This record gives sequence, structure tokens and C-alpha cells, in this order.
Amino acid sequence: MYEVRFHGRGGQGAVTAAAMLAAALLEEGKYAVSIPSFGFERRGAPVVSFLRCSDREIRQLTNIYTPDCLICVDPTLAKSVDIFAGLKPGGTLVQATHRPLEEVAIADTVGTVGLCDAIGIALQIFKKPITNTLMLGAFARTTGIVSLDALKRSLEDSDFRDAGLRQNMDALERGYNETTVHTIERRVAA
Amino acid sequence: MTTATLETPIPTKPAKQKVMLVEGNEAAALGVALARPDMVAVYPITPQSSLVEHVAKLIADGKMDADIVDAEGEHSVLSVLQGGALAGARTYTATCGPGLAFMFEPYFRTSGMRLPIVMSIVTRDGITPQSVWGGHQDAMTVREVGWVQVYCETVQEVLDTTIMAFKIAEHHDVMLPVNVCLDGNYLSYGTSRVELPNQEDVDAFMGAKDVNWHVALDPLRPMAVDPLTGGSGGKGPSTFVRYRKGQCRGMQNSLRVIEEVHAEWAQRFGRSFAPLVEEYRLDGADYAIMTLGSMTGAAKDAIDEARDAGKKVGLIKIKTFSPFPVEALLKSLNKIQALGVVDRSVGFRWNCGPMYQETMGVLYRLGRHIPSMSFIGGLAGADITTGHFHRVIEATEKLLSSPAPIEPVWLNEKD
Repeated sequence: MYEVRFHGRGGQGAVTAAAMLAAALLEEGKYAVSIPSFGFERRGAPVVSFLRCSDREIRQLTNIYTPDCLICVDPTLAKSVDIFAGLKPGGTLVQATHRPLEEVAIADTVGTVGLCDAIGIALQIFKKPITNTLMLGAFARTTGIVSLDALKRSLEDSDFRDAGLRQNMDALERGYNETTVHTIERRVAA
Repeated sequence: MTTATLETPIPTKPAKQKVMLVEGNEAAALGVALARPDMVAVYPITPQSSLVEHVAKLIADGKMDADIVDAEGEHSVLSVLQGGALAGARTYTATCGPGLAFMFEPYFRTSGMRLPIVMSIVTRDGITPQSVWGGHQDAMTVREVGWVQVYCETVQEVLDTTIMAFKIAEHHDVMLPVNVCLDGNYLSYGTSRVELPNQEDVDAFMGAKDVNWHVALDPLRPMAVDPLTGGSGGKGPSTFVRYRKGQCRGMQNSLRVIEEVHAEWAQRFGRSFAPLVEEYRLDGADYAIMTLGSMTGAAKDAIDEARDAGKKVGLIKIKTFSPFPVEALLKSLNKIQALGVVDRSVGFRWNCGPMYQETMGVLYRLGRHIPSMSFIGGLAGADITTGHFHRVIEATEKLLSSPAPIEPVWLNEKD
């Protein structure tokens, strides 16, 4: 079982991203379940959504408390929300940011970091800071849990109109290509 | 009166099916479309809204050939469907929480008139305190109104059960409305892999449509429907008793029909769901926990972990809650020495969960005493995780050696 928690703000598509990733994993013959967090979703308010994937059928329909990976599609969110809560030791952070690794606040539990200037690229492609498909590309690059091809096929099967589909394909590809992956050297506890 | 239906023979191999990824609400809508209702009436309410939006879209896209009535409220929704059902239409709606409360007057009338309407309840906790999230309080509140009520565990089970519900409701030995309950939030919005049956295979399963045979708004066959009866004079008392006994008989018959329909579904589509009561790792168990609805997935994972740790625990899941499956449950309870029952709603009168209260009645029939206790969790959208279930398992195990607590355990009290 591999568990992912998405962090974003209402309107950035974190919930949609979890469903698209689930569809891509299904393409690859895996089992996947995504669950959105529930609330009065408002544009700009912090939201989370969850995704489980496995080679076997997934039975539990619950939220995720100890994720293997965090995907944070918003660069400012970590200032107001403890995105690292419950992350498994040595876990992965895929973060939207234009900053270099040294300037990104990272919890001790993080073992791998993927960084992508998703806002900057989204503004070029969509003229809007919608980062979800970009960050799926970044996730594929950082973890290898899902292939870029499967994500593309999942996008093709979704409800995007032609222009929207082309833009999102572009976003997916650039998210994949323009992500830097870092392995964090762990200090051994005394 | 016609009773014959044109059944096609059951194929020897389950049909091939399309794999999709959908949320529980969309699965319900797809099931509705495959069952080919003539008429649906809707009023949106959280967390049911996306279900009726999917239904409306299927109709708008020409993928479902049904009349849709966008009524001004839930009371009208069910009243409109009663007219449709009386005219011989296969009918469907969905609601929850305050919408179900607003629907109560026609809700009671539906079972009394023996109208086989199918209605999803995308279960939601009761207000107040204000809350828009899941819980079984709405469906539990109306458990004594003569509707058949089944609870689903997975998104696939929602899809399959929604189709089966029409066949159960319309069976001539049942002729009762059916609620397909799916947990608001975790199941309604949970997105998961499903296999979608082909239309032709579902048509073969459903057989010829035969809804309009016992009462009818038919100019060629005029009849009085739902006349005034009861009171203390003339044939009033005996007529009223005949109606009520007929409803009770229909409810008892439904237990058999639900089993038959599930068995046929398994043969045609290769997916088997326990129709009344499911046992999971109950053989060789000293004690068991009991669940309802989508919480069961996490409970099964917890049972596996507890078994790996050497604990002799099993699980009993209720699918058919109304009518309460007394005989089936007795068989399961006969295998164990202690029981913990987890409810996702509150029984205010007995200070315990409603399913626990119902189960106590069955325990009396068992003829021996087994200690038991009530757990209440997952109210108003709260989560019930494997961690919560490990607490349930530990507390239930203690019943084997120490007295059972009278107070229920509130699982999310310290979350």
C-alpha cells in the first residue's frame, strides 16, 4: 500500500488531481482509491485529499494519517498548515515552489524532495495559477510510482475540451521535465 | 393479474464488463441508468447532490431514457413518484438528512401503498448541531416505516445493489419500496475502480418490466386507491390489520427475495455480496465485532492484523438492516462468545447504537447469554480507522473475562 496526501487551496484542483492520479494508476493495472476531505470548500481555503494505491484490492475507505508522500500544489500553504503531520520517516515531499532546496522548510521525516516551479509554469500555460496537472507530472518524476504515459492517457479520458486538454498535456509534460529531485542526507540521531 | 416475467436463461460464464473509476454517487447513478427507470424526481442536498447531478446528466446526454422532474422540495419529489408508480412507472430518487425529514409524510405512504420505489439514502448525520457530513442517523430514524433498507460497503456494491434494488422492490412477493443506503462522504465521494455491467446483460437480469399490476391509475380499470379505513366500526379494524399484516409479510418475504436476487446477480455478473449478513473470519473466532456500511473495509483490515497477532476475532457485517435479518444473524451469533457492535448513529432512547439495540433482541432469541457492548463512531463525517477498530477488538475481547459496561464507547470522543 502506498499512500499520498494532497495539499492545496480550494480552486487549485487538489481533489481532481487525486482522482486523475487514481485513474492513471488504474491504467497501469493497479488498484487505487481517492477520497476528498470534506468541508465547505471555498476558493483559497486549505484543502486536502487522499489517494491509496496497491497491487491488491483496497478495502479501507478512510482518510490518510501516515502518508508515504505529500504533494503540495501551493507554495505558501506550508506557512499556515502543518503539511508534514504524520509523514512516514524517509517519506517524499513533492512541492510547488520557485525556491531552491535550501530555502524550503522541510521536516526531519522527509527523505526525498521534488521541487517544481508550478506557479511560474502555470502562469505561462494557463495564465492562471492552476498547478494540479503540473504537480502530477512532478510526482511521476519524483517517485516513479506512476508513468508519464499513464497520466497522459488518464488526461485524454477526462472531460477536458480540446484547448484545455492540450494545455494540461503541456503542463503534465513540463511538470515532469522541470522537476528537480533531491535526496536528503539524514543526520544520524545521537 | 399477470405474474409471468420473461427471464432469459442465466449464462454459464459471467459477462465481460467495462472497468471504470467512479465515486459512489456516480456509481449509484450508473446503476439507476442500467435499471431503466421510466421516471425520476430529484431535489439536491449534500452529500447526495452529485448523485442526482449525474442522473440528470445521463438523461441530458441521452444515455438514460427517463422523465426527470426537478421538484420544488423532497415532499413533492416522493409525491410525484407515487403518481408515477401508480401509473405503472419504474421510479427512482435519492435524498438524505433534512431532505428525508421533509419527505416523511409521503415516505410513510409509499410503503403503505406498496409502491416499489427505489430511493438511495446518501446517509447524513442528523441536525442539530449543524453538520452536512455523513452518519447513519437519517436512515436509522426511519427504520420503522416499512421500507426495505440495505447498506453498501464499497463503490462496486453501490452500483450493483442499486440495480438489484429494483428487482427486489418489484418482486410480487415483496412490492415494497427499497432504500439503498450509501455512506455520505467516504462512500459517496470515495473514488474507486468498478466494473460496469453491459446494458443487455442487465436487461436480461431484470426481465420484462411488470410494475403496474396491483394498483393502477388506469381509465380502463378504474379503482379507488388508498381509501379511508381503520377506526373501530364495521370492517375498519380488520381491513387495517390486513394492510399492516400484508406489509409485514412483504418485509419477511423480502429476506428470501434479497437472497435469491443476490444469488442470481453473482451467477450473471461474477460478483458475490452477502445479501443479509456477512461473516468475515468468523469460523474459529471466540468473539466478533459487528459493522454496517463503508466502515467495514477498515474493520476487515483490523481483523486481519488482529488475527496475525493471534487474537481469535471475527467480523459480522449487516447488509440488510430492514427487515432485520434475525435468522441469518442467529446463525452467526451462535459461533461466538462475545460481541461488540459498532454503530454510526445514536439510539437516544437506549443510550446505545441502534444496530446494537436491534441485535439485543436477537441475542435474547439465542437461548444463552453472550456478553455484548455498544460502540458509537463516525458521527457527522468523523473517521473510523483501523486504529479505532483495534480499540473495539480489545474492548470486546475483555468481555470474555470481565463484566460488560452498560455505557456505550464513543470512538471519536478524544480524536
